Order: sequence, then C-alpha cells, then structure tokens
Amino acid sequence: MNEVPLTHILFLSTALFFIGAYGLFTRRNMITMLMAIELMLNSVNINFVAFNKYLYADKLDGIFFSIFIITIAAAEAAVAIAIIINLYRSHHSIDVEDATELKY
Amino acid sequence: MSAAAIFFYLIAAFILGTGILAVTTRKIFRASIWLLFSLIGIAALYFWLKLEFLAAVQIIVYVGGIVVLIIFSIFLTIKSGDEMQKPLLVRSIFSALAVVFGAAFIMRLLQKYPFKLNTGKPFELKVNDIGTQMLDTKNFGYLLPFELISMLLLAAMIGCIVIAIKHKEPENNLPNQTI
Repeated sequence: MNEVPLTHILFLSTALFFIGAYGLFTRRNMITMLMAIELMLNSVNINFVAFNKYLYADKLDGIFFSIFIITIAAAEAAVAIAIIINLYRSHHSIDVEDATELKY
Repeated sequence: MSAAAIFFYLIAAFILGTGILAVTTRKIFRASIWLLFSLIGIAALYFWLKLEFLAAVQIIVYVGGIVVLIIFSIFLTIKSGDEMQKPLLVRSIFSALAVVFGAAFIMRLLQKYPFKLNTGKPFELKVNDIGTQMLDTKNFGYLLPFELISMLLLAAMIGCIVIAIKHKEPENNLPNQTI
C-alpha cells in the first residue's frame, strides 16, 4: 500500500469536496443540497484518516475526529430532514427559492 | 504498478464517478442511489486503508442510516419520478468554473507540499485501543467529547421529533355536529 503516495489520496478527497461544492452551488432542492453536504463531509473524513495513517502512525486522533464527524453528520441529517418535512407541510415545496419569508 | 495501487485507482474512479452522477442527475431518487454507491465506495476505501472498524461504522451509519432517511424524506415530500428543473446555465457555468479553479489551486499546493512521511512503526488500528482512549480521562483521552456528543445526539433526536410532529387542528375548527 506504500505504492500509492499520500498526495493521491488527498487529490481524491479534494476532488470529492469540490464535487460536493458544485452540487451545493447548482442544486436548488433542499434534499439534494443535503446530499452534497454529505459528500463534502465524507471527503473531510478521508483527509483525517489519510493524514493519521501516513503521517502520525503512532496516534489515533484522526480516527477519533472521523468518528465524531460521522456522528455529528447523522444528527445534522436528522435535524435537516425534520426541518424539510416541516417546511413541506407549510409551503408545499422544498425549493430554497420558495422559502424567503425571513429575507425581507 | 501493483495490485493494491490498481485497486486504489479503481476505488477512486468509482467514488468520483458516482459522486458526479449524484450531483448532476436530474431525477432525485436516482441521485440518492448514486450517493449510496459513492458512500459504499468510501467504505471500500477505508477497507483498502485497513481500517475495518471505520469502514463498518461508515456502512452502518451512512449507508444504513442517512441514505435510508433521505430516501424516506424524498417519498414524503416530492414525486420521485419527476425530473427536477435544470439549473440556470449561467449558474452552472460559473459554479463549474469556480469548482475547477479551486480544485486545481488546492491540488497544485498539495503537489508541492513536502509531507514528512512517518517512517517508524507501521500503522495498525485495534478496536481495543479506540475504546480505551475514547473513555480515558487522562493520557489524551476523549471522554469529554464523547459525553458531549452523546448529549448532542439526544438533543438532536428530541428536537427532530418536536420539529416534525404533526399538530392536531384545534377542536373548534371542526364542523359542528348535531346530536
């Protein structure tokens, strides 16, 4: 596994992060924006794990950060979906352009 | 190129391809299925890095939990067969440009940065060590974040129920019934 340099794993996570960012920029549907955020969080996890494994092999801190990020992502997805369902009940749409009451 | 390296590039191509499809396809149900495949690919990457515990957590929490939750919310809110409207052309062009330039900039920085690779003992992940360090109060233990995050999860779950609960209409709105 030493044939693959650390840089290539970081390239993978960078590309995945920017794919998620592209989804967040172009989509206007709340559920698909949530999916893009999940992709970005996963790329951060890959970064933590790769740094832990390649640079600080005697520690476990990167693994812990990944586990905590996964937990917080689960909580965040649950709250976001509750908000989306509530918004659908009141607006009959989950498009972000339709929920503009707080803007004005 | 050895077999392990070939496996890595295959997994990477799988993750990126399904990720691109997840953010560009116009049917929302298909987008969630592509996201599912991308998350499975990331679990395969953890297996490739010999982090079996993290791969299992990834499959249980993301594939078994979050994606199922997303699919349920798709069924509850929109017609899953309909195509979503296309993003504005200007918006997609400018976001693609921003993404490409940002990725190129960061990859260039990464390529030039001299990482000091660890040359000591090889990395190995024992679940025993994770448990010991997670519940340790000294020696850089993670007991306080562990307790905080369990409180956060409890608060988030109760908050979800409170937000998504369906309020009953007040009784006096019902049409009057004659006895």
